[in-house]
Amino acid sequence: MFSLKQNSWFIRKVVIWRAVASIAWSVLLLPVTTAVFVLLSRFSLFHPIQWISDCTSLLTASSTIFSLVVLCGVVLITGFFNLEFYTLVPSIPCSRMALLGTVLHPRQCVHSLVYCTMGMLVMWCASVTIGGRYSTLGTPCRQSESGEVVTCLNEYHLFLLLAGAFMGYSHSFLGVVQNMYYVSFQPIQQYKYPRFKGCLPMVVKCSVIQALYSARNFAALYFFFGYVPKTWISSTLNLQIDSSLQPLDSLTGLLDFSLLYHLSISGAFLYLTWYLTVLLFRIYVTEFLALQDLALLSQHSLSRRLEVFNLSQPGGHPHNWNAISGECLCLLSELTQRLVAHQDAVASNGRVKSQSASSDTRSASSSSSVVSGTEDIAETPRLSVPLRTPGSVFKSSVGGANRVLTAPFTPDVDSPFSSPAIRRLVGQQDPHSPWSGTVQSPHIMRRGPKLWSASTESQSNGSPPGSPATVPSPPAASQKPSFLAQWLQNRREQVKSFLAKRVLIMYLFNKLPEASSQALFADSQAHIWALQGLSHLVAASFSEDQFGVVQTTLPNILSCLVVLLEAVDRHFKLPHASSKPVRTLCSMGDSTYKTLRFALRAALKTAIYKITTTFGEHLNAVNISTEHRKRLQQFLEFKE
Amino acid sequence: MCSLGVFPAPVTAAQTLFERNNELLSALHPGEHSQACDLPSPQFTRDTLKGHSRPESSSRSVFLDQRDTLWMRSAGAWRDAGLYGLLDEITNSAEEVPRFLAVGSACVLALLRWASSFHGSLFPHLTLSSDEMVAEFSQMLDWSDSALRSFAWHPHTDKFAVALLDDSIKIYKSNSSPTPTLKHRCQRSVCALQWKPLCGSALAVACQSCLLIWHVDPASLSTRPSSGCAQVLSHPGHSPITSIAWSPTGSLLVSASPVDTSMMVWDVAAESAVPLQRVGGGGVTYLSWSPDGSRLLAATPSALFRVWETRMWTCERWPCLKGSCQSACWSPDGGCLLLSMQGERVIYALTFSDLTGGPKAASVVADLSETTFPGPDGDLTVGGEVCSLSWDPRGERLAVLLKGDSQADNHPSVIAVFKTRSSPVFELLPCGFVMGEAGAEPRFMQFHPHFQHGALLTVCWSDGRISHVPFYFSSAGLLGGDSPQQALASNTTNPSSNKLYTEQIS
Repeated sequence: MFSLKQNSWFIRKVVIWRAVASIAWSVLLLPVTTAVFVLLSRFSLFHPIQWISDCTSLLTASSTIFSLVVLCGVVLITGFFNLEFYTLVPSIPCSRMALLGTVLHPRQCVHSLVYCTMGMLVMWCASVTIGGRYSTLGTPCRQSESGEVVTCLNEYHLFLLLAGAFMGYSHSFLGVVQNMYYVSFQPIQQYKYPRFKGCLPMVVKCSVIQALYSARNFAALYFFFGYVPKTWISSTLNLQIDSSLQPLDSLTGLLDFSLLYHLSISGAFLYLTWYLTVLLFRIYVTEFLALQDLALLSQHSLSRRLEVFNLSQPGGHPHNWNAISGECLCLLSELTQRLVAHQDAVASNGRVKSQSASSDTRSASSSSSVVSGTEDIAETPRLSVPLRTPGSVFKSSVGGANRVLTAPFTPDVDSPFSSPAIRRLVGQQDPHSPWSGTVQSPHIMRRGPKLWSASTESQSNGSPPGSPATVPSPPAASQKPSFLAQWLQNRREQVKSFLAKRVLIMYLFNKLPEASSQALFADSQAHIWALQGLSHLVAASFSEDQFGVVQTTLPNILSCLVVLLEAVDRHFKLPHASSKPVRTLCSMGDSTYKTLRFALRAALKTAIYKITTTFGEHLNAVNISTEHRKRLQQFLEFKE
Repeated sequence: MCSLGVFPAPVTAAQTLFERNNELLSALHPGEHSQACDLPSPQFTRDTLKGHSRPESSSRSVFLDQRDTLWMRSAGAWRDAGLYGLLDEITNSAEEVPRFLAVGSACVLALLRWASSFHGSLFPHLTLSSDEMVAEFSQMLDWSDSALRSFAWHPHTDKFAVALLDDSIKIYKSNSSPTPTLKHRCQRSVCALQWKPLCGSALAVACQSCLLIWHVDPASLSTRPSSGCAQVLSHPGHSPITSIAWSPTGSLLVSASPVDTSMMVWDVAAESAVPLQRVGGGGVTYLSWSPDGSRLLAATPSALFRVWETRMWTCERWPCLKGSCQSACWSPDGGCLLLSMQGERVIYALTFSDLTGGPKAASVVADLSETTFPGPDGDLTVGGEVCSLSWDPRGERLAVLLKGDSQADNHPSVIAVFKTRSSPVFELLPCGFVMGEAGAEPRFMQFHPHFQHGALLTVCWSDGRISHVPFYFSSAGLLGGDSPQQALASNTTNPSSNKLYTEQIS
């Protein structure tokens, strides 16, 4: 497919090089962070001169150089994972079950495993650097009764290594829960260096706080379960346990200030290495993209605007403007349809309508879209809509896998029992089930060449028709229904009521409040830019458009905006839609996606105001329907 | 260069009503009465508004002294006054704590005090209390004493908001619709107000501890919108906020605090902020966004101000000779910036143009040193430091609020109004003084953003009154009239001509 090629072109030619540059900078920063770590780890208040000389000699030692090489490897792998996992459209699990599914997905398991290993590697480097009692796994010790020298297990070293693995796993886990790989865009544009400088204190603070939390949790974990790895390692490697030393999985062993200090700063070093790589990747990858470029340049650059309003020669067609406005309107009307479909699916009391009703909706919405003539829409807007989000201007195709995983739990599937995975297990073959939609998805993928915003058809492409098979059946909970299904095949209602009474099932499958709203607007950054760019262009056309090319599409644009506004207004009347998310303090995960719907509403109103204040009374001469005119009149009187 | 000496003598006996035929007319003239406009001009007196007499933390002294345990007191001190309070509490209760703890906390406290006094000697404004700081850097003259705390016109409609001494905000509209009163728990010591451009409802309020965004539905008849209509935006270390500025497109809001070296660029809907930090200057006191949105002025408490360009958010530093920048205003096309400095009695102009890449030095355009006018009841001295500057949206009138001398009885604060001309060279010409009723001094002023027949200056007076002074004139040619913004403005104000579309019968 053309768009797929274009998309991969963008990834191959632009994103990869940006990622490489960000990794190179992360590697260049490594000696600096390592030096700071060495200084802190050897810190002694009373012997400052010895401290400094120790550190300088250590920094030039061969062990440190080797550690640096290992750390470079870690940074490279981290950068590779960043490139592989980043997404512009966060996957928002709509129930706890979906979250569980995401965490236990094989891909995620591989990720966790790799991060555990990397954590251990970094911690090994850290323990070697700190030296002293931490340096090796085995230490010579004297057997108490016989007095001979044998190799004993150095528990301090083991403690740090296990802490590294623990921190690696918690990083990977929190990455899923907090959408660490979601890349958002700042409201303002800055050069890379000032942006990095501005973000650096935040990153350092985050990594220190995260390290303290992890150290606390790990100490608690080790207190209770520390003997398991200890005995295992000592029996496997045939190391003795030195009984003369205080074991670390005891209260007195853990209350060692120096141990906890070293654990914390090593943890902070570990997190800082990862977070810096993520930060640099985000900074590099989010500069200068097509739609953003449109939104900014339509505001700032007169010459670029004139180019848009110009006619092409020969022929005198406003191809530029048609392409731009068509693309923007397409994006916006797609959002409108998505909202309308969601509203139709969710009845006013928050319950899902019956299946027949929703299929009616489908036909209704498809017919309405034919009337509006925007483009071919999916036959099943419910599932296909989250799959074809053109929002991601660039999107690694692997991101699609996550989506497919969460697809059974899309916001539109409201009750736990209409979830297709379960329905499939219960044995109900529903011809209208969203799976058929996925299979039909090639129909959806027809579209003209893009001016910008390489579309994400590749996503739906990336999830091949056979994708239902790849969906892992949620392990614990779903086994039970499948057993029940064989047994109670004809008594679906009984299954329902039976399951509904199970607290655990309800807990896992109940929808998280707000999640469906967040998921609907997950890719709205693109819509916001489209709105800004379009409104700036239309407003500028009032004085700059010599040939009147904008006039021809003005009614279309206005009605599209008003229809979208109505849909958004109705969406905000749904329960939980207008409740504000709790702000998280200091985490590397970006929670911008949680408030995108508010941002979209504000941007939409501003866009309409921008057009109405510019055109003023002249809007009365534009050919639009009476209801829309009434709504615009409200804007003219500043009553919105 | 224009000086106050060439101004027509002020009429002290009566209030200035309006300007017509190049002459400021006062109530003395027979046959002239306030024909101005049907805009509301409310009056607030200090007696009817009860301010907060003392801060919350000191209310403890009213109650009987009760001995809590050390833990309770320490926790309370930590909550009320942070680390300082905690250390102070421990040091003061030396007989209850181990000796080393008391001595240690006393040492740490001394060290902290020494460090903060050193910091304060670098940046003297840091030693002020939060209220004093707001009073120092507010655009309102004599902020702490005034019944009116701040004022803002809506950029598109005949609607304004007034912040009052009792920390409430009232919204007035031109017709006799109800006037909503906004109150919020966090709304303390309001220093600045600004309506969001390209929006009918959002009002940003700079408070002592946070930034409030009120969403006041214009269609609603409610007189007390609930505090649920307000968004609270706060950032640790970013208070008190003394200045806010919306971008002209309404998409961003910038807030500044004199104690925070970074200014915050807020995406209000998403409630997220990007800090833009520059250490020099020790804080940011005043912000002003150019009307075309391309530049942003940020004044610091030191003798330094910055001009940010808003595409890539880089800034250029402008060190000043004497004091800090007190007030500034942009010409309507964003090409010219007028500034006033603390301790200097002149107005500086900076001219920006995209071709030359920015100005190299500021030029003095007006001299505002004291001038004495003889009057029927004694001499009247006029002139002094500039408290605030305001330029009308057409770029034809410039109002300057001059601080008086509170000790001398014939040296009041006045508003001097200049005519501005941009061609062949930028020039200020005298227009006149705007006087209030006897005994009233101006505190704050702002031009109406879209007055049809010229310019309309709204003045807040020391007696708590708000009055409107129209300036009737026909536009002689706009300052930088070739910009699209200006062309737009002239188009929309004159709907009968220059139709873009043919009328359609629907």
